[in-house]
Order: sequence, then C-alpha cells, then structure tokens
Amino acid sequence: MSNNEFNNFKTVGNTKTSNEVVMSVENCNVFYGDNQALNNINIDVGRSEVLALIGPSGCGKSTFLRCLNRLNDTIDSCKVTGKIHLEEEDIYSGEIDVVMLRARVGMVFQKPNPFPKSIYENVAYGPKIHGITTSKQELDELVEVSLEKAGLLDEVKDRIHTPGTSLSGGQQQRLCIARAIAIKPDVILMDEPCSALDPIATEKIEDLINELKENYAIVMVTHSMSQAARVSQRAAYFHLGHLVEVGDTKKIFNNPEHELTKNYISGRTG
Amino acid sequence: MSNKSITEIVNKNLKTRYKKEARFKKYGQLSIFLAVTFLFIFFTSIISKGYSAFYQAEIFLKVDLNQEYIDPDNTNDLEEIRYSDFDGVINESLYSLFPQIIKRSDKRQLRDLMSSGASITVQQLVLDDLSLIGQTINIWLPLDDEVDMLIKGNIDVDLPEQARRISDMQINFIEILQKKGLIKNKFNKNLFLSGDSRESEQAGILGAFVGSALMLTITFLIAFPLGVSAAIYLEEFAPKNKFIDFIEVNINNLAAVPSIIYGLLGLAVFINYAGMPRSAPLVGGLVLALMTFPVIIIAARASLQSVPPSIRDAALGVGASKMQSIFDHILPLALPGILTGSIIGMARALGESAPLIMIGMVAFVVDIPTSPLDSSAALPVQVYLWADSPERGFVEKTSAAIMVLLVFLLLMNSLAIWLRNKYEIKW
Repeated sequence: MSNNEFNNFKTVGNTKTSNEVVMSVENCNVFYGDNQALNNINIDVGRSEVLALIGPSGCGKSTFLRCLNRLNDTIDSCKVTGKIHLEEEDIYSGEIDVVMLRARVGMVFQKPNPFPKSIYENVAYGPKIHGITTSKQELDELVEVSLEKAGLLDEVKDRIHTPGTSLSGGQQQRLCIARAIAIKPDVILMDEPCSALDPIATEKIEDLINELKENYAIVMVTHSMSQAARVSQRAAYFHLGHLVEVGDTKKIFNNPEHELTKNYISGRTG
Repeated sequence: MSNKSITEIVNKNLKTRYKKEARFKKYGQLSIFLAVTFLFIFFTSIISKGYSAFYQAEIFLKVDLNQEYIDPDNTNDLEEIRYSDFDGVINESLYSLFPQIIKRSDKRQLRDLMSSGASITVQQLVLDDLSLIGQTINIWLPLDDEVDMLIKGNIDVDLPEQARRISDMQINFIEILQKKGLIKNKFNKNLFLSGDSRESEQAGILGAFVGSALMLTITFLIAFPLGVSAAIYLEEFAPKNKFIDFIEVNINNLAAVPSIIYGLLGLAVFINYAGMPRSAPLVGGLVLALMTFPVIIIAARASLQSVPPSIRDAALGVGASKMQSIFDHILPLALPGILTGSIIGMARALGESAPLIMIGMVAFVVDIPTSPLDSSAALPVQVYLWADSPERGFVEKTSAAIMVLLVFLLLMNSLAIWLRNKYEIKW
C-alpha cells in the first residue's frame, strides 16, 4: 500500500460517539521534525465507553494517545496542529494548562512504572501535588478507595508502606491504574496496558477496565485484537498515520468497510 | 552445504575461539596482577619509610623550675613568665646528668641534643599551672631530630665525624642516656597536633590538614549546588540550540583543562583583581571549586540521563509540573550517582597541588588556620614542601604526610560508597 493512496483520504465509518462527548479531535496532524506521523485525525471520545486504538506497529496510535494529554510535548521535535478539545477547551491553544490537562486525563503506560516509593506514596502523590485532599485522613481514604477501585486493596492492605516496585507485574500495573484514578480524571489513556503481563494478570486488568468504563472515558491502545473485541465499545483502526476506520467494535470486527481494515482484521496485514 | 561440513567448520573454529577467550583472560589477570603489585610496592615503600615518623625519641628529665630562671622578679605576670629562660632550666637538668662535663664547648654539644621544642613544652606547662614554679617536675621532652635519626638508625656512625651532623661525643652521651633508660621512643603527638616547622621533630600536619579540610568544604559548598543546578538546567530545561551545544562543548573542555591554569586564573581574578588574601583556603577552595565544577556537571548529567524515562512519563502523567517531576522523582534517583561523581571530583581536588602553588599556598605557614582567610598550607603542598626539605628527618615526615593524605582520600571514597548504598533505590 503506497502513500499515494492516502491523497485526499477520508476516514470511513462513524467518528462520533453516541455517548456524551468528553474529548473531540479535529484535523489533528503530528510531525516529528519533517516527518508527518499523523494525518488529519478526526475522532470523538465519549464518556462511559472504551475506545480501542488498533493497527500495525508504527501506525501512530501511541503518538495519537500521547497527544491527548500532551505528553508529546516532552519530545522537542514533535509538533501538533489541529484542535483537541477536552469538553469545551482546546488543550493545545493554552485555554487549559498542561498540568491541569494531565490531572484530568490520566495515563497508564505499557510497562508498569510505579515510582520507586511505597504503594501508599505512589497513589498519594497525585492528590498531594494537586492538593485534592485537605487532611491526612482524607488522603488515607482516597488512597484506600483508589486501591479498592483498582482491585488491589485486598492484596496489599497489610503492606501498603512497602515499595510499589516489589509487587508483581500485574499488581504494579493495577497500582499504576490506582495512581491514575486517585486524581479523579475524566479520561484514562492506556498504552498497551497488558502487553507486559501474563494472561491471568491481563484478565484482571480487562475486568478492571470493564468496571472503570462506567465512570471514565477510556482510550486504549492495544495490539491484541481479541482484547479490543472483549473490552472496547468503539474501535479505531490506524494505518501509516491515517485514521482509516472508526465505528462500533462489533461492526469493525464483523463487517469492516475499508479494504485496509478488512485486511488487518483478517490477519493479512500487521 | 551439508550438516556435516557445518559441524566441521564450527569445530575447527571452536579451538581458536576458546584460545582467544583464554588469552584475553590471561591479559586481564596479568594487568590486575601488575596493578596489585605496584600498589603493594607503593604502599610498602610509603609505610616502611613513614611509620617511624609516628614515634619520636624523648628524654626523661627532672627539671627544677627554679625561680632564678623563671620569673626571677616574682611578677606573676604571664607575659613576663612567657619570656623566662626555660632553656636554662632544661640545660641545668641536662648538665646535672653529666656532672663531669665542664668545658663550655662540651656543654654546648650536650645542650644541642635537645629539641628547641622542649622549652616550649615546659613553657606551656608552667603557663598552664603557675604553682609549678619553684618545684621539680619529671617530664619526657623531645630530642633533636638528628638524635632521633641516630636512634632510628638513619645515621651511619661509621662515617668520619665531619661527615655527619652528630659528633662522637654526642653519640657517647646518647649511649650513656640509653643505658640509664632515660631515652625512649614516644608516640609523636606533634605530628598530628602542630603546624609546619623548620625543625623536623616539631613539624606537624595539622595546619595542612585543617587547610585542606577548609578548602574542600568551600569547594563542596560552591561547586556541588552550582554544578547540580547547572546539570539539571542543561539536562531538563535548556532548549536544544547551537548556543547550548556550545556551552556543553565548553564544559567538557573545561573538565580537561590542566589544573595549573585554574591556579593562574585564581591568582589573576581572586587575588589580583578581587584582592583576596594570598595562601588562604578561601581562594584555594574557590579555585578548586572552579576546577571541580565541570566534573560535577558531567557526572550529574550522566546520572540524570540514566534515570529511566518511564519515571518521567509517570510523574508527568499524573500531572506533576516539570519542577515537581525533577525534584520528587528524577533527582532522588540520580542522587547516588551525582554524589559519587562529585566526591570523586572532590577527591581529585584534594590531591591537587599545582593550582595551590600558583595562589601562594606553598608558603611556609606555622600557625593552624582558624578561618578560611588565614594563611594556610594544604596536604599535597605540604608533601611537596617536606619532600623538598634537606633535613633527614623530613624524609619520614613526607611519607607520613602522604599516609595522612591517603587516609583522607580513603575516607572520602568510603563516604561516596556509603552514600551511594544509602540512597540507592532498589528496583
């Protein structure tokens, strides 16, 4: 598939969500130096749903995810154009501060990356720097509730002050989820959250995502088609920096419109 | 190609491959062996030459603190007493051991056995306790460095009398005193408690030690915070442009500039332009800080770079500002490396003598510095000064000073290791 076929390209399917819109992306382009990594992306992120970003390696889905909380800012050569709205505010126009943005759009990374501090400190760090809680007691409660929501409390409640890095991989990832939800974000971004985990830990995280989607908008990058099918309600297929097709997960998997999507779903690309 | 031929080819190469490995191992073992041998020779040489500096021949005397000599006018005035003839009382005590000696020149030879530090010891005793005046005290007093050398076996008595600095008669005196058990080797407190002296038996390392300690404190207080801040700025905040690249190249170059150049810079800027005192630990500390500064920047940047980016992402991901992510997460992880690098830079500064010579720290300073503005010596320069002294007694003193310097360095390096282990976060 050559790049020429993407001239005047238009995403097929439905980029709109049927739920309440939390984030909306309009004409988003991303450049690394002279290289264009994303072309003209338009998509909505809705509340109480999981949006899965799928596509072959290097297609720009992680880059897109990192646009949503401006983590791409840390890369000097990276330039983003277009508009990304969090509710009403454009996150790249300066209407919303980047620290505020990241407080409202949490992130879970591919490799579990707890701080080399205690479990408690890991979860409490976000609320502390944002001043979300006013008393030690309140903070304790918030930590407990967050760990509970992440399904980790029962496993760690008697060693909450031991290092977070001493947990197993799956537990560490759930700790990272607890850390993300402790600041009560609107959106949680997940960059292949299960790719470093074994099947049992993966199942636990998937169950957790299912529970969390009731309260949060979740955008998840995944390489596992079956995982996308299991946990997401909407799916977006990226190919070489283009958003090829968006739609209900069922439709994307059962009846894709675009040729590229068909090939990927049936295992002919990727 | 058939399977068999591959097996044959591999088999053929296998031997040379293992031989290469064995040869490499041998080279490694050889170089380690050489390193250890030279280290052993180095330490044996220093310790065998220097250990005798830690003791010193002393003589047991009954000293009559006769008021004829001390404060004859009975003024009870400390200043008056200070300038009394303490040499006189010591000499009287010495003469009383050899009543048969009456000739002036012989008496003089006997007197010359004593260290000029003996009268200072007695003087200090009397000044501390005036009630001693008029009493007789039993006391061990230091002997002259030539006597000390003779007793330590460093003077060849078979040489003709004119060729040695100690006469036959003096050797005779010493033998008699030794038979009576009046001469003994005592621990040389002077070495650790006094400053430099022209007399090797009175020379001590304390002045240089305090000077070096003051200097290093100043170096650390200036170079560490500045170096770490500069590293954080360059690593985390600085824009990537030509100007910053230029600064980076220059920092790397500065780390390689010969230290004597920093000494000249210090001389020109701190002493001639800013008018700071010469030979002062303040200036020495500033010069060494300038020298250590780029080393700390480079060490700190390397440590900051080695912090995994996932931690940065994690901190930014929960909404930490750049400053918070650096000070809450990145710096604590980089700290052990920064500390180790800085202390090794400081250790290099401790052993530096060339820049200190340029700013006048090579001066002969007797007093122990009490502030960074006082004139002072420094340990490596003291080694240089003593190694340059002609008296036989300074040979062992030089080795002793080297030992003190090495112990100082060893302590600093141990501190570096201890700090690294203490702050190292286990993953």
